[in-house]
Amino acid sequence: DEVVEEYSENNFYESDEEQKEKDLKVKNTYTMDPDHRLLLRNTKPLLQSRNAAVVMAVAQLYWHLAPKSEAGIVSKSLVRLLRSNREVQYIVLQNIATMSIQRKGMFEPYLKSFYVRSTDPTMIKTLKLEILTNLANEANISTLLREFQTYVKSQDKQFAAATIQAIGRCATNITEVTDTCLNGLVCLLSNRDEIVVAESVVVIKKLLQTQPAHHGEIIKHMAKLLDNITVPVARASILWLIGEYCERVPKIAPDVLRKTAKSFTNEDDLVKLQILNLGAKLYLTNSKQTKLLTQYVLNLGKYDQSYDIRDRTRFIRQLIVPNEKSGALSKYAKKIFLAQKPAPLLESPFKDRDHFQLGTLSHTLNSRATGYLELSDWPEVAPDPSVRNVDVAETAKEWTGILGKTKKEKPTEKFYSESEEEEDESASTSASGRCLESNLHLCRRTVSSELESGSESEKEDKEEGSSDESSGSSSSSEESTGSESDSKESTAKKTPRAADESDSEDIKKKAKGISKKRGTSSSSNRDSTSSEESSSDSKSESDSKSDSESGKSRSATSSKKEEKPVQDRKAPNKQDVFLLDLDDFCPVTTPVAVPTAAVLSPSLTADLEGLSLSSSSVIDVTTQVSVPTKTHELLHRMSGKGLAAHYHFSRQPCIFGDRMVSVQVTVTNTTDQKIENIHIGEKKLPPGMRMHEFNLIECLEPARSITVSMGIDFCDSTQTASFQLCTNDDRFNVNIQPPVGELLLPVTMSEKDFKKEQGLLTGMNETSATIAVAPQNSTRLVIIERVVKAANLGVVPSGQDNIHR
Amino acid sequence: MIHSLFLINASGDIFLEKHWKSVVSRSVCDYFFEAQERASEAEKVISTPHHYLLSVYRHKIFFVAVIQSEVPPLFVIEFLHRVVDTFQDYFGVCSEVMIKDNVVVVYEVLEEMLDNGFPLATESNILKELIKPPTILRTVVNTITGSTNVGDQLPSGQLSVVPWRRTGVKYTNNEAYFDVIEEIDAIIDKSGSTITAEIQGVIDACVKLTGMPDLTLSFMNPRLLDDVSFHPCVRFKRWESERILSFIPPDGNFRLLSYHVSAQNLVAIPVYVKHNISFRDSSSLGRFEITVGPKQTMGKTVEGVMVTSQMPKGVLNMTLTPSQGTHIFDPVTKLLSWDVGKINPQKLPSLKGSVTLQAGTSKPDENPTINLQFKIQQLAISGLKVNRLDMYGEKYKPFKGIKYMTKAGKFQVRT
Repeated sequence: DEVVEEYSENNFYESDEEQKEKDLKVKNTYTMDPDHRLLLRNTKPLLQSRNAAVVMAVAQLYWHLAPKSEAGIVSKSLVRLLRSNREVQYIVLQNIATMSIQRKGMFEPYLKSFYVRSTDPTMIKTLKLEILTNLANEANISTLLREFQTYVKSQDKQFAAATIQAIGRCATNITEVTDTCLNGLVCLLSNRDEIVVAESVVVIKKLLQTQPAHHGEIIKHMAKLLDNITVPVARASILWLIGEYCERVPKIAPDVLRKTAKSFTNEDDLVKLQILNLGAKLYLTNSKQTKLLTQYVLNLGKYDQSYDIRDRTRFIRQLIVPNEKSGALSKYAKKIFLAQKPAPLLESPFKDRDHFQLGTLSHTLNSRATGYLELSDWPEVAPDPSVRNVDVAETAKEWTGILGKTKKEKPTEKFYSESEEEEDESASTSASGRCLESNLHLCRRTVSSELESGSESEKEDKEEGSSDESSGSSSSSEESTGSESDSKESTAKKTPRAADESDSEDIKKKAKGISKKRGTSSSSNRDSTSSEESSSDSKSESDSKSDSESGKSRSATSSKKEEKPVQDRKAPNKQDVFLLDLDDFCPVTTPVAVPTAAVLSPSLTADLEGLSLSSSSVIDVTTQVSVPTKTHELLHRMSGKGLAAHYHFSRQPCIFGDRMVSVQVTVTNTTDQKIENIHIGEKKLPPGMRMHEFNLIECLEPARSITVSMGIDFCDSTQTASFQLCTNDDRFNVNIQPPVGELLLPVTMSEKDFKKEQGLLTGMNETSATIAVAPQNSTRLVIIERVVKAANLGVVPSGQDNIHR
Repeated sequence: MIHSLFLINASGDIFLEKHWKSVVSRSVCDYFFEAQERASEAEKVISTPHHYLLSVYRHKIFFVAVIQSEVPPLFVIEFLHRVVDTFQDYFGVCSEVMIKDNVVVVYEVLEEMLDNGFPLATESNILKELIKPPTILRTVVNTITGSTNVGDQLPSGQLSVVPWRRTGVKYTNNEAYFDVIEEIDAIIDKSGSTITAEIQGVIDACVKLTGMPDLTLSFMNPRLLDDVSFHPCVRFKRWESERILSFIPPDGNFRLLSYHVSAQNLVAIPVYVKHNISFRDSSSLGRFEITVGPKQTMGKTVEGVMVTSQMPKGVLNMTLTPSQGTHIFDPVTKLLSWDVGKINPQKLPSLKGSVTLQAGTSKPDENPTINLQFKIQQLAISGLKVNRLDMYGEKYKPFKGIKYMTKAGKFQVRT
């Protein structure tokens, strides 16, 4: 929706201001501030907007803030805008013109998109030409010049003239083609159209001035043209050229002066001035031949109607004609007139526009519009990060960044009422590709309550009917008390629902809610609470306790007011999935290492792993629904000199330690000799990872295989465990990488419990995906079977037919 | 922030004005007229001493917005285009007559679209709930009872998470149609080789489904799409991760997606033009001959072929005979247009004849450029194919239809 986009755009600008400040820091440390990164990441999808203004705004943001390597992504979208209305085209081309001066590379791949069509309006044509000229380089100049040749012939003479200017600019910028361009322009001198010829003359003049080396021929040719050309600028240019290089064309120059002296009175002012100049220069170099002529011209000039010409005449006469009054200056007349002149710089007319911000009205008009604000300078010191709403722990902040879902750029200070937030949330979820609730399938997991985010109370509301929503929003009317009390209340409202919760627990919960509140007020404080929390968590062994904990975390999370990140999860090799709810719950007995990696998948896995690892005594581990027989190859027999090894995840609780995943390794001897002494050699494990080796296999007969089991503690990640498989005489490097699903541990619980836990596990730990279900796969059993194949999960008995857990 | 809006017709009459803030005198438009006189083509952005004028020209009407301070020009332009689209949506056509006939509705709509100079409700289906589009019956009722078109209920959609869709939509026939329309922009040079060619496409949809359907559209070859822009209803995350279009559609007609086919793919040019246009220096006669033929059409017929060409100023008249279709040469604008119709591969259409040049003028430097229009039904020239369309969230079975079409966009042949 345009309006929404417009607003969000404004929001981006607000944070933009902060971001600029961030950028300074970036320069110093060469690490991008997470907020900065967040901003860029979140604005990127807006390039896909159908609203041109939004795309332009993002382009502007990237132009100013993104690292050079990333700024390029906006060009594709800007080029796309060129397809829309003329008005939009006009503005966008103007901005591209400015951008292309500074960063050629950005638009070079789209060179052909700027080719001019005969149906384009003149204004658009000139802008495109401007961009083409800016983009010209050694590689593409030949193509461009060919294209320019067509433009020169255009019926639109104004455009043809602009093309000649463009050729001139290319010629000065790219030395390789200067001669080619010059020859081309000389050919144009014989063009029938006067405007084209005049323009070429002017451009040639500028070109010759940059390299006057040996272009006598061209000057002679132009002198001949003088008879036919009537356009004043062109005539003036030719006269200037001849005067400037009169020593190169000693025979022609006096003759030209003679001709022009004859027609002096009929010339344009511009031309008259140049005739005077020519006369003066010739007088200085070749006074023998031209003395009389010059004096004649000077006399004509003395009585000219134009003030300027009379003025110039008087000035020249005093300077060059020696008389008693002339001072010391006349000695230097020659040096004054025939000084080496700096060559004109052929520059883009858009050069000076870059001091206006891109995309603004001022930029379009190239003059300061009322209310235009300069881009503020980078601040000296990075602003205090606490100005932003830092009620989330550092790690959580990173998470939001990772998950691409953030609330940061919205003014977080605001206390959303419950219903507002609801809307917010569902808007965000729908945006992130979530499906309607009916076929929504959520995978929820948690590591610990440390990373709670998202107001899961709402989650529950949604699932259980909206009865609570109304109560939530009504309570929110007391906004003055702040969101904390708000959430506390909503938690309280929920209490009756949990039938087994006692009053005392309710009180406890409230107390915790309060402590939580304290936690949010400062981050250091919060840390202490969270540790307290985890310690209390670890103590909570009884059901009722965990209930109270759930209440607490609920209140904590909703007080956080952080949006719940919903991440699409792709379920590989299943075309069908549905609503799978991974019912894992772990009371936090272990201090969980919160992954800070910037990629989702490892961190997700980490969560999952946390689950299986911390599956302590509290949980009844479900017996396996089924064990997939899929094995993975550890060592191929060819590379293992006849020793082959396969492994699979047995999905049994590991006997070596409750944090380990049990892996069964089947070692096969495919040689015809005995292999002896198979054991694990040197291990290369990532820090924290542990491995329980299998016992030494003393001897393996030919064509026999033996299965051993080992335990690996993958330690919150899908990192690879590498080790050496050794025999008597060889060692082979092998490695095991666990798929996500194998790191989970199924637990048994009732549907009610499940829902409760589900409520707990929203937020960071939640992922959802919708998968199109092929009809033959849509039965319950098939779905379960498939899910189970992919991950080590259990089934919760469900009352609803279309929800599988 | 937009201060005022003036609607000016082609003859320069201000026939409607609307002020959202204080009244800005009509005389501000004089600057606009001046600028129009200066250049044949009105400038888009005009600076006056106290105001800035931004204009959009559509349907032979200038929509001139007056602003007072710095504002992104694209925002204003985009909004003006949205106004025109809304008028079109409400009245079928956007013309001076229609606007004058429905002046009350026009003011009501403008009042809702912009609030104190800032865009408010620009989504057509919210607007339609607020202000009902005029129908004959409603006009009669309103005249008799003195009521207005303004709805008495606040639109529900505005507060929902899918602001583009109304709640409680009901149809007896549930249908969803998608048109994949691709346009070829190309410049062909004298010898027939392609200088530049690219394919731009859109998917326009007409969805009439009951309730809140959730649609999923997948492509056989989504990789073809290089650069896309979506209707806000499309879930971007799913597109990014799975290349599937998942959305709750707006009710009625809308543009789901527009895309650009990646430049690496070679564009098959479906038609060729053989031309022989020559002007002789000596005589005032020139030769003119064009033949159009199909090239790579994948076995489909090329229809709706239309050739237009802007002749040089020196051309007085043209005497031409087409082998099929009709042709017109306008001696004032020097525009030749030839409506060819369908191309029959057995008998290629051609246009032959002579050109009379103004006596005494030299021959034109450049031969005219030929602009081509054509249509090919049932073909998406890029090869894009829709794989399937699924609906979730509703029980009924919708009728689904998909149509492909290839058109010429800015297709030019240089001669």
